[in-house]
Amino acid sequence: MTDVERPPIRDWETDFDHGHPDYAAAAPEIWDQLRESCPVAHTDRYGGTWLPTRYDDVSAVAHDTDHFSSLGAVVSEWKPDIPPPMGYAPPITSDPPFHAIARRMLLQFFSPKAINAWEKVARETSRELLDEIETSGASEVDAAEQYTQHIPVRIIADMLDLPREDGDKFRVWIHRILEQTSSQPVEWEDTLDYYLQHKIAERRQNLGDDLISYLCQVEIEGVPLLDEHVRGTIALLIIAGIDTTWSAIGASLWHLAQNPDDRRRWVDDPAVQPFAVEEFLRFYAPVTMARLVSEDTEIGGCPVAENDWVLLPFPAANRDPEAFEQADEFVIDRARNRHSAFGLGIHRCVGSNLARMELTVAIEEWMARFPDFELSDPDSVRWSTGQVRGPRTLPVRINKGEAG
Amino acid sequence: MKVKYEREACQGHNRCYMLAPEVFDTDDEGYAILRIDGAIPAELEEKAQLAADNCPEYAIEIVAD
Repeated sequence: MTDVERPPIRDWETDFDHGHPDYAAAAPEIWDQLRESCPVAHTDRYGGTWLPTRYDDVSAVAHDTDHFSSLGAVVSEWKPDIPPPMGYAPPITSDPPFHAIARRMLLQFFSPKAINAWEKVARETSRELLDEIETSGASEVDAAEQYTQHIPVRIIADMLDLPREDGDKFRVWIHRILEQTSSQPVEWEDTLDYYLQHKIAERRQNLGDDLISYLCQVEIEGVPLLDEHVRGTIALLIIAGIDTTWSAIGASLWHLAQNPDDRRRWVDDPAVQPFAVEEFLRFYAPVTMARLVSEDTEIGGCPVAENDWVLLPFPAANRDPEAFEQADEFVIDRARNRHSAFGLGIHRCVGSNLARMELTVAIEEWMARFPDFELSDPDSVRWSTGQVRGPRTLPVRINKGEAG
Repeated sequence: MKVKYEREACQGHNRCYMLAPEVFDTDDEGYAILRIDGAIPAELEEKAQLAADNCPEYAIEIVAD
């Protein structure tokens, strides 16, 4: 896959580009610098986009649905052409009051108790992948390619009762939607929408107890969901359910590969693990959301105009020293951690319990199998561009034997 | 000490339920339910405080009776 070449960046304060590989490679440092020099940065790119980096500003925008619309959740060269109230992928692209209706019908599937039922699948999937790595006998593996990217996709495929083999196609489509923020012509038959349209039509003829079947049958005030609604919500579960968690697992392994003390602590002190998971989520929060300004207003004293884009970098908020002690340090047993990895306000990630479970299980299983590992080629680690940040290439050397 | 929980602010992050299941349950949609009416038993005070300290929406407060 080749990404569109992006013009070089003049400076981060007035010309940032979250789709540029330079941004992807050093985002945390860029956010820390901007928070000091220009806490609400701007770029003319994408038709005009703002980037707040202080926790308070990110939180204020996320909680203000009167001035900031979710109709545009992914910044692109074009403004969304799907009209309210649904947007392309309800409920993430929906505003109140429709948002609550579209969201509520999903919550029962993603509550902690509902997600418990999927833990076994996550564990088996992780173990199968680790078996393959172990059987191959290779001491150097690409942890992104051979491990992290497969876990969320298989589970979401099971939840939707879609073939796990379609996972490769999902990843290509997601990459196109999330990373290639500029246009490239594609065949209609080779799109997520086309795929889903067919799968949903098939499913309507042969209903089961999966999530697609449920959405085909659920009603809003006695009226079945529009086809676009079913398709948009399934697209959301695929897009948001795969890249994000894959990124979080990968970033956590990237951290552990470089921090033997944290590896040791994870193994020796299981009680620290839930805190470590939340600290992974704070420090390596993968997701930056976006909003469209729906009415002229201000962010942290900075005037913003109707139809401007606003990026909501939750990972930047998570590193604000005004909101977190030792904000720029990874503290494995951090006890006070109000991180915003899953967003703030009414759009809190619907799949947060699934993501947390997958992240926990994936790290537990990796560490149980390979407690000692390191980056084999740190310079070749490649971070994804766009609004979901995580390592897409992660070569590690697994050290066997007594060490670790 | 007792727990003050603001249902309107809760967005279902479930951090409290994970950290202090003796103090918080969740409903079918994943929103928190406070399990303790009145004073927090001494042995649960620390956990209740942990839940409050980790709520992303500042929906939980530990207050004097």
